[in-house]
Amino acid sequence: MEIIVCIKQVPDTAAEIVPSPDGAGIRSEGIPWVMNPYDEYALEEALRMKEAHGGTVTAICLGPEGAEATLRTGAAMGADALIHLCDPAFEGSDPHAAAKALAAAIKGLPYDVIWCGKMAVDDYSGYVGTALAELLALPHVSAVVKVEVSDGKVCVQRETEAGTAHLQMPLPVVLTAEKGLNEPRYPKAIDIMKAKRKELQTKTAADLGLGAGEVGAAGSATRVTKLEKPAERGGGRVIEAPAAEAVQQLVAALQQEAKVL
Amino acid sequence: MAGELLVVAELTDGSLRPVTVELVGEARRQADAAGGSVGVAILGDAAPHASSLGAYGADRVYAMPGAERGTLSALEALVREVQPTAILCPATAFGSDVAAGLAARLGAGLAANCLSLEASATGLLQKRPMYAGKVIATVETLVGPNVITARPRVFAPGIPQEGRSAQVVTREAVAPRPHEAVVELVKLVKAERTELDVSEAEIIVSGGRGLGGPEAFALLRDLAHVLNAAVGASRAAVDAGWMPHAHQVGQTGKTVSPRLYIACGISGAIQHLVGMSSSQCIVAINSDPEAPIFTRCDYGIVGDLFTVVPALIQELKRAGVGA
Repeated sequence: MEIIVCIKQVPDTAAEIVPSPDGAGIRSEGIPWVMNPYDEYALEEALRMKEAHGGTVTAICLGPEGAEATLRTGAAMGADALIHLCDPAFEGSDPHAAAKALAAAIKGLPYDVIWCGKMAVDDYSGYVGTALAELLALPHVSAVVKVEVSDGKVCVQRETEAGTAHLQMPLPVVLTAEKGLNEPRYPKAIDIMKAKRKELQTKTAADLGLGAGEVGAAGSATRVTKLEKPAERGGGRVIEAPAAEAVQQLVAALQQEAKVL
Repeated sequence: MAGELLVVAELTDGSLRPVTVELVGEARRQADAAGGSVGVAILGDAAPHASSLGAYGADRVYAMPGAERGTLSALEALVREVQPTAILCPATAFGSDVAAGLAARLGAGLAANCLSLEASATGLLQKRPMYAGKVIATVETLVGPNVITARPRVFAPGIPQEGRSAQVVTREAVAPRPHEAVVELVKLVKAERTELDVSEAEIIVSGGRGLGGPEAFALLRDLAHVLNAAVGASRAAVDAGWMPHAHQVGQTGKTVSPRLYIACGISGAIQHLVGMSSSQCIVAINSDPEAPIFTRCDYGIVGDLFTVVPALIQELKRAGVGA
């Protein structure tokens, strides 16, 4: 089975994110960069599919030069082939431009299953997986929590507000991974060492047959005009009293002051 | 914003989800400000909902019987015909998929999980969270229509007006694109109704590492029962296996906007705070007076939650709140 996993490098979720003074970007100093957590679930599931059915896992990452580290993490976890979409022309891509570049890269490859995380924790859009499916005209399911492949078919489960949907469709397919799908493995030290020397293909927009107007800021459907910190919530009133009295004051405040009860 | 703003309705068991009425309310406000109209697309039987949607501000209701299968292709055909300037979808499992799929097929810009919309010289500007809300981005749409999603409880529903009504327009189902047609819903296993979903709940009682184990969530369920609240959990509690992921509030869980959020035994890691900071009122109960949660709450009680929560349940009952 041929499996492709799209992975993205993002700031660690524990990191404080501060807009740059001009509001055009974020202050990147001191931010630890990691593989997007949802992409870890996607990659782990791809590796489990390969272990169960054979085949290869190809990890693709769109990002600046530093994003190579995330591809190396993918290799240490077990990805067989690494493709880095790296070109100054990709800079400023919104999720739509990113999806176009990824789709162009995937078009030339064999695939049965294409995995993405359900969203990247930086953009917080959840667009790329669905867009890849539409651009490649493939069936897809987002935010998958369980998956089984047999006889050229895939059965998946996803959580919705109305309950757990059980869906079935033929391969090839695009799936996006939700937290809870699996517990991603920690790479072994020896695999981390080996991953450093793993062959890595770098592709530019021109390599993918994409013109300057199709990628990066020029190929985007949205533009972020400003980034700002959310309105700060001040510290509240700490009620200092024994429990019985504190809860009495609290309930009174919630009823009369905050008027939320 | 001139032109039509199209709201994609979400039905569950034939009933409109409340978020639909919230989106109609926001669309009406935008249309009134700029002289546009509001349409609502209903995938299924529109008859029971047309009059209430009209009262809430819809000018037209597009009835799309038989479009439950091939949702995206049906909506794509409607959008290509009506040419709305904006499409508003709920940021739910259903609506997020529809919005992303439509944006991809139209090549249009998606603004997911919007917090507010504002008319400007260059069109509708959207404020939305990035990095789970650590940063708020203003997003301009370069290729229209503006495809927008918003979570439940972000927009106010608007006030229904007697006598206002919507014109019902029926659209025949279209054949779905082949890659859409092959996705088969085998079954839908309904969630147990005893547990409210955190994303739509008006009150949430949430637990973290301070609970010490899964058993203590029974105490929070008792409190939730009195308040008719949903039970939430921090990442620490979910990663420890004490609660299922569907209950997680925070950067790799759900972002919530309840009227009242009660955090018990949650220290307040940044990835949790961003998921609940848009709550109207936040209460923190924690034994550590230095816990960061106390810098972001409206009311705090420093104390052992195993003493404070039972006392709170007693006090709520005494004060005649809830069950």
